[in-house]
Amino acid sequence: MPKTPIKYLVAIFAIFLTGTTVQADERYDPVRNQVVIDECGACHMVFQPQMLPKKSWVKIMNDLSDHFGEDASLDASSVKLITKYLQENSADSGWRDGKFMRGLSKNSTPLRITKTPYWVREHNEEVPQRAWSDPKVKSRANCPACHRRANSGDYDDD
Amino acid sequence: MKPHANSFTLSTLAVIIFTSWILAGANVAFASPRQNILADYAARVKIQTPGFEGFSTDRGKKLFLSKPGTGKPDIPSCTTCHSNNPANPGQTRAGKAIEPMAVSRSPARYTDFKKVEKWFRRNCKSVTGRICTSLEKGDFLTFMINQ
Ligand code: HEC
Ligand code: HEC
Ligand code: HEC
Repeated sequence: MPKTPIKYLVAIFAIFLTGTTVQADERYDPVRNQVVIDECGACHMVFQPQMLPKKSWVKIMNDLSDHFGEDASLDASSVKLITKYLQENSADSGWRDGKFMRGLSKNSTPLRITKTPYWVREHNEEVPQRAWSDPKVKSRANCPACHRRANSGDYDDD
Repeated sequence: MKPHANSFTLSTLAVIIFTSWILAGANVAFASPRQNILADYAARVKIQTPGFEGFSTDRGKKLFLSKPGTGKPDIPSCTTCHSNNPANPGQTRAGKAIEPMAVSRSPARYTDFKKVEKWFRRNCKSVTGRICTSLEKGDFLTFMINQ
């Protein structure tokens, strides 16, 4: 009987290992900071910071009073906290660059995830033109309209 | 047996007092944040307009439905995002749903002064090109409270 717990342990460890490799490859960490969730999630989903480089986030955060044609201005201390969080989790913050750095030239500072070369490539090939004109989608930035688990960082819907 | 009975009555009494205190407190906490916000706007209006007679549901409704034409062309009205009927959910320009604005549908609304002020500041500027007055804010809240 003492063998059973060990068997379980090995099984759990194996699940854990495969689970993490899949996650590292296919998932983006959902935002867990409550200030970021509250302040950056009222008008659209809370975009995962791994989808833009540091300098893009800084530029976005410096210009919140004219944010894609809307006023998203905030008090200075929230701006500081959010900017720090976004930078620390950006596409170029890890020990190696994330997928969203692919094909991005050194001197470009995209303000939209939907303008990054990686995003454009993934969506040009696989999304039929009529999907964008569906009234339920309304905008390219409406990720959860097509990716049901976007908020948890899972964009692999097949 | 006597001391035991005594302490029993005492603790029962304490529980009753404590419970009613909590209930009374909870009652106040329930009614007050939104009323406090309204009272705050009313006090500001009174400074400017000594004859102020109170906020108006009708004026609030007009503000909600109006298209002033002085703000951003893409954002002509409060109804652009909040829909024509305060009882219905709205939608942002990025397609995210917004809970109904009517208090009867969304009881948690207009209870956090900072939040209320933040959104008046942003949305009034987008729609009208200027900040809203305290009179407009109070009228708007009064309309939503009565929906
Ligand atoms: C007042 C509403 C509002 C708030 C608050 C807001 N945004 Fe936005 N955001 C918008 C709008 C509108 C767009 C453009 C959406 C579209 O094109 O459909 C946008 C777009 C974006 C995009 C580009 C999406 C794309 O197309 O790839 C990013 C990135 C972004 N916002 C980040 C943020 C961050 C970070 C915060 C928090 C500091 C924030 N937003 C808060 C309204 C808002
Ligand atoms: C009109 C529907 C639609 C919208 C809106 C949309 N996507 Fe996609 N996306 C797709 C489809 C279809 C694919 C390709 C199929 C797949 O791999 O799931 C895809 C693929 C992806 C992938 C690659 C998935 C993988 O397999 O690794 C990512 C990442 C992604 N989308 C992110 C986003 C983000 C972020 C947004 C919002 C800024 C967004 N998408 C908006 C339809 C959409
Ligand atoms: C561009 C879209 C948009 C427009 C136009 C708009 N709003 Fe809003 N409004 C929002 C969003 C998004 C929120 C925050 C989300 C929420 O509270 O559910 C909000 C929240 C509010 C709140 C805070 C509600 C609360 O629970 O405390 C008030 C007050 C408000 N809006 C008033 C107005 C007024 C007045 C107008 C017209 C002058 C207006 N809004 C126009 C998008 C808009």
